Amino acid sequence: MKPDTLIEIDHVTFGYDERRSILNDVSLCFARGKVTSILGGSGCGKTTLMRLIAGVHGANSGRVVFDGELVDVHDRDLLYRFRRRLGMLFQFGALFTDLSVYDNVAFPLREMTDLPEPLIHDIVLMKLNAVGLRGAARLKISEVSGGMARRIALARAIALDPELIMYDEPFAGLDLISMGVAAKLIRTLNDVTGATSLVVSHDVPECMGISDHVVLMSSGGRIVAQGTPAELMASTEPEVRQFVRGEPDGPVKFHYPAVEMAEDFGLGARK
Amino acid sequence: MARRNIEILVGLFVVLGLAALLFVALKAANLTSFSGGDSYRLSARFDNIGGLKVRAPVRSAGVVVGRVTAIGLDAKTYQGVVTLEIDRGYVFPKDSSAKILTAGLLGDQYVGLEPGGDEKNLAAGDQVKQTQSAVVLESLIGQFLFSKAAEAGSETGGKK
Amino acid sequence: MTEWLAVLGARTLAALRGWGRSAIFFVDLLRALPQALRRFDLVVVQMHAIGNRSLVIILASGLAVGFVLALQMYYALVKYGAAESLGLVVNLSLVRELGPVVTALLFAGRAGTSLTAEIGLMKAGEQIAALELMAIDPRARVLAPRFVAGVLSMPLLAILFSAIGIIGAWVVAVGLIGIDAGNFWSIQQSGVDAWRDVGNGVAKSAVFGIICTAVALYQGYETEATPEGVAYATTRTVVTSSLAVLGMDFILTALMFSTL
Repeated sequence: MKPDTLIEIDHVTFGYDERRSILNDVSLCFARGKVTSILGGSGCGKTTLMRLIAGVHGANSGRVVFDGELVDVHDRDLLYRFRRRLGMLFQFGALFTDLSVYDNVAFPLREMTDLPEPLIHDIVLMKLNAVGLRGAARLKISEVSGGMARRIALARAIALDPELIMYDEPFAGLDLISMGVAAKLIRTLNDVTGATSLVVSHDVPECMGISDHVVLMSSGGRIVAQGTPAELMASTEPEVRQFVRGEPDGPVKFHYPAVEMAEDFGLGARK
Repeated sequence: MARRNIEILVGLFVVLGLAALLFVALKAANLTSFSGGDSYRLSARFDNIGGLKVRAPVRSAGVVVGRVTAIGLDAKTYQGVVTLEIDRGYVFPKDSSAKILTAGLLGDQYVGLEPGGDEKNLAAGDQVKQTQSAVVLESLIGQFLFSKAAEAGSETGGKK
Repeated sequence: MTEWLAVLGARTLAALRGWGRSAIFFVDLLRALPQALRRFDLVVVQMHAIGNRSLVIILASGLAVGFVLALQMYYALVKYGAAESLGLVVNLSLVRELGPVVTALLFAGRAGTSLTAEIGLMKAGEQIAALELMAIDPRARVLAPRFVAGVLSMPLLAILFSAIGIIGAWVVAVGLIGIDAGNFWSIQQSGVDAWRDVGNGVAKSAVFGIICTAVALYQGYETEATPEGVAYATTRTVVTSSLAVLGMDFILTALMFSTL
C-alpha cells in the first residue's frame, strides 16, 4: 500500500440485495492531497462507492481501506473516528431546515468539540467567508437559494477541517456562474488545506478542469477507464469517447431494450 | 431569544397539566378525605362480607373514620377477614361492633363502627369481636316468604 | 390455488418482517434514551411542538365532550331519579376512559402525523444521512428527544382533557340544569378514587403516549422519500396508532378496572 494513498478500494463487490450488484469487483486508489473525480452516468454506482468509503454500507466482498485501516461497518467506534476526519457535501445540501445558516455551520463544532462560543463564532464566520457567504450568516435556510444552500453545506462540511472531503454531484442543477464558483472552491480548498477531495459527478467539463485524476465508471459498476483528464479526453475507447463528448448513442444505447418495432405496432401479422 | 420563550411556554404547559391533575385528584376525587397519615390497623371477621370492597369507607355515626385495606378468607374458620385502617385521631372501646351496611338503597357497602361501653380501647392489631354480616337479599326474601308462610300456617292452624 | 397460497405466504412474511423491524426500532429508540435525557433542551423544544401546539384542540374537545356528556347522561339518569350523580358519571367516564383514549386519538391525528411528516421529509432531504456522516447518531439527536417529549406530553394533555371536561359538565349541570353545586362535587369526591381512577387513567395515557409517539416516529423513519410515501406514512400513523390505542385500552381496562 503506497504511503500517499488515502483510500484503497480492493476488489469490492456490493449490491443492496443478492440478485443485483451495483459494484462489481472494483479496485481503485485515491491519492492523498489530490482531487479525484468519479464520472459516470446515473446508476453506475458512484454514489454507492462514496457510501462504502464513508462506512454507511459494508461491501459484500473485498476491502475498503482508509488511511491504512480497514473500514469495518460493524465497529461503531472506528466509524466514529473516521467520520470526524470526513466532510461530505450532499447533492442538495442536506442542511438542517430548522436551524439558521449560522447554526448549520456551527453544528459540527458544537456537537463534536468543546470549543467556547466566541471561538466557534470566529470559525463559523471564517468558513462562511471562504465560500463567500459571510454576510448571509443570519438568514434562515428557507430564505437561501439552491446555489447558496450548497455553498453553506460546503462551509458546514469543512467546519472541522477534514482530511477527506466528498462531493456528491456538486454541479448538478447549477447555472454557469455557480458552477464556476463551486469548481473554484473545490480546487482552492483542496490546495489550501491539503485535504483529499473526491468528486462524484456527471459534469465532464467542470470535473476535467479541476481534477488531478479521473475515474470513469459505467452501469454494472465497472471501471471503464482512469487517468489524468488529458488522457481521458484523448482516449480512443468507444465508451470513454461517448461519455466525454456526450454523444447520444454509442456503447451506451439510446433505446431502452424493447421488442422489434414491427411487433409493437402490429405490422408483422400481415406478412 | 425564541429559545427562552419556548422554554417558558413549555413550563406553562407542564404547570397547567399538573394543576389539572391536582384539581381532578382533590376537587373531583377523594384524595383529601383520607390521605394516609397516621392510622392504626384493626381486623374484623364476618360470616358474609356481601359486596364490601377494598377502599370502602369505615364510618362511625356516618363520619368516615377509616378505610378497608384488605379482604381475605380464613382457611380454617371459612370466615371473611377484613382489615381496617382507622385514623389515629379516633379511638373505639374494646367492645365496639362492626356491621356491614349499605349506603342508600342500592349504593356501595361500607363498614359501620358502633362504639361499645368498655373503658379500654381497641389498640393497633386488635380484632373487633362483635360483628354483623352483610344483609344478603336472597336470605331476606327467603325470610320474608318463610315468615309469611308461617303466619298463614298459624292462622289456619289456629282456626281449626 | 397455489398462487393464492404463495401470495398469502409472502404477505405473512412481509408482515412479520414489519413487526420485527418495528420491534428493533423501538429497542434502538429506548437505547438512545439516556442521551436524549442529557440533552433536555432538545426535549423541551419538542414538547413545545408536540404538547403546546396540541393544547387548543385538546381543550376545545374536552370542553365539548364535557358539555355533551353531561347533557346526554342527564336524560338517562333523570329517569331513575339519579340526576344528582351526573357529576360522578361524567367524571368517571372522562378520567377512566374518554380522557386517555380520545386524547390519544386526537394526539395521533395532530402530533403523530406532524412527527411522521417531519421525520420523513428530513430523511428525504438527506438530513438524517448528513447527521450519520457527521458521526452523530440520528436516533439520539432527532428521534429520542421527540419520543421523550411525546411520552411526557400525553398524560398532561389527557388530564387536561378530563379536567376541562369536568368543568364543562359543571357548567351544564349546575349552570344549565340546576343541579346543586355542593352535591355535584361531593358525590364525585366520595365516588372517584384518586389512585384507582385518576391514577390508572394517567397510567393509561402514559402507555398511549408511548404507543402513539413510537408509531409516528417509526412510520416517518421508514417511509419512502416521495410525496406518496409521506402521505401513505401519515395515514398509517393515524390508523395504526388508533387501532393500537383502542386495543390496548381494552386490555388495560380489563386489567385495571375489573372487579376481581
